Amino acid sequence: MTTHLPSINRSHRGWFRRDWRLYAMLVLPVAFYLIFCYKPMIGVIIAFQNYNRFKGMWGSEWVEFENFRFIMGMSDFKFALRNTLWLNFLGLVAGFPVPIVLAIMLNEMKSVGLKKLSQTLLYLPHFLSWIIIGGMVLQIFSPKTGLINATLLKWGLIDKSIPFLTKGPQWQATYTVVGVWQGMGWGTILYLSAITGINPELFEAAKIDGANKMQQIWHVTLPGIRPTIVVLLILSVGQMMNISFDRPQILGNPQVLKYCDVLSTFVYRTGIQNHRFDRATAIGLFQSVVGLILITGANFVSKRLGEDGIW
Amino acid sequence: MSKQVDQALVYQEPKGKKWTGPQIVLTVIVLILSLSCLLPFINVAAVSLSSKSAILRGDVSFWPVELDFTAYKAIFADPSMPHSLFFTISITVAYTAFSMILTVLMAYPLTKKRLRGRNFFSFLALFTMYFSGGTIPIYLNIKELGLLDTPWSLILPGMLSTYNMIILKSFFSALPKELEEAAIIDGANDFQVLLRIYLPLSMASLATLTLFYAVGKWNSFQDALYYINNKAYQPLQLKLYNIIKGSQAVDIAAMEGGSSAVATSVSESIEPATIIFATLPILVVYPFVQRYFVKGVTIGAIKG
Repeated sequence: MTTHLPSINRSHRGWFRRDWRLYAMLVLPVAFYLIFCYKPMIGVIIAFQNYNRFKGMWGSEWVEFENFRFIMGMSDFKFALRNTLWLNFLGLVAGFPVPIVLAIMLNEMKSVGLKKLSQTLLYLPHFLSWIIIGGMVLQIFSPKTGLINATLLKWGLIDKSIPFLTKGPQWQATYTVVGVWQGMGWGTILYLSAITGINPELFEAAKIDGANKMQQIWHVTLPGIRPTIVVLLILSVGQMMNISFDRPQILGNPQVLKYCDVLSTFVYRTGIQNHRFDRATAIGLFQSVVGLILITGANFVSKRLGEDGIW
Repeated sequence: MSKQVDQALVYQEPKGKKWTGPQIVLTVIVLILSLSCLLPFINVAAVSLSSKSAILRGDVSFWPVELDFTAYKAIFADPSMPHSLFFTISITVAYTAFSMILTVLMAYPLTKKRLRGRNFFSFLALFTMYFSGGTIPIYLNIKELGLLDTPWSLILPGMLSTYNMIILKSFFSALPKELEEAAIIDGANDFQVLLRIYLPLSMASLATLTLFYAVGKWNSFQDALYYINNKAYQPLQLKLYNIIKGSQAVDIAAMEGGSSAVATSVSESIEPATIIFATLPILVVYPFVQRYFVKGVTIGAIKG
């Protein structure tokens, strides 16, 4: 009992006796971080080695930047890097405004029942794995039997199937549209909660000044959610080098490899499938470092613009 | 009572003007977008229940043509499917339980300002959100630990999500301090405060995080593709992936001038049936858990 008295709590030696339970709680999670997050960080040194599986990372020969020089010269790496940036850029340009517009539309809906129903349906794709969505996409966009091509052919709108997944640029368009579709509903949540946070008196004042619905949206709603828009935009720009593995892996196919291969899938092929661990690690490290620079830069820009940073 | 007051304060649109022209257009657009999220499932379900000839003619849209259960019979006749379903459920449950324990154990101490080294522990967690060893060092780590090709490789590596931990930490921090102080005066220690006060008060948040972890694991596929070769340890998503990639390869071979009818007849309705098989568990729980997810996202946005 007495050990809990404040006077002893503040004493120089009492802190561990007082808080040992907190440290005991931290043991497992800290062990997790050290074993599964920090230990692999040491493993990046094999990016600078000619890694030999039998000698391990402490016995392999050091080659300095040889792996980096090698991958920079690979045309496959250039395709993967270009596709990563290009697909992320397309996703940002096509996908970023959609949840904003959709959130405003949902907010303006007067029928509460229809609004709830719409939200339930719109959030659905977020809960499914990219394997399931990919399977559906391959099914629906398939050349002859897929719903879209079959319908368009039947209605006589096209003479031959559109190669949604088998020609490069079409594949990239399909990839982008599917991504926008999958994320649009879920993306509205933060905007909707930001809209709820706008002071209702601002709308009242705008109405009294004779503003119509569009003017209210333009002059009250949009400025009200501006901080959310800016932070999310900056976050996405900071993520330009990162690309998920599941989506390009399931949607891609060998016919459009030059258009669908991205850094994550390229690392998988080089490292896991072809066992060039050192080169694949070098690609990953390059990606991590550029990613870290991008996100730090994005945060800096955000603060300079007077918005909340992410840190 | 308070509800009546609220309604009195809120500006009421004049009655009878609910369905104006713009309102109808807006509702229709939103409904079309919403339907676009549902119709693909209906199409896939319809294809999975249709006969092969109807599928090949391109006749199937949103209703089964020439009803045919062959694909589902094939799925249930293959013992590896129910096995994979059971395996996926097992690792999801184990992973979610471990994850929740670690998340609570990390979040609770970090809410205590008196904890020495608190900034260090916070940094330890946060840094992992911005930098990681990368795919290959993580893979080699799993290999060194001897976890490759064991169910543990699907459970242990992603156990603690820093993002979820921060959500829980900010929720814990927002709990009223009076109860805790009263308990401490009564002689409760941190274990007791956590178990008797913090956890019972945060059931809704804990439910949300449990769902985040469970759905994440249910849908995860990359780890299984990397770490698992043994067919007995293939989760549903990896099995589905193999089926889809297999039939895609057949399709491409067919397009490049093979005998398409023979090639496609193998897989044409098995694949959609497997998709439906893997989706149903999510669709069944989805309507009930959806609102917890929405809550989790908005808590997560208020950073701790």
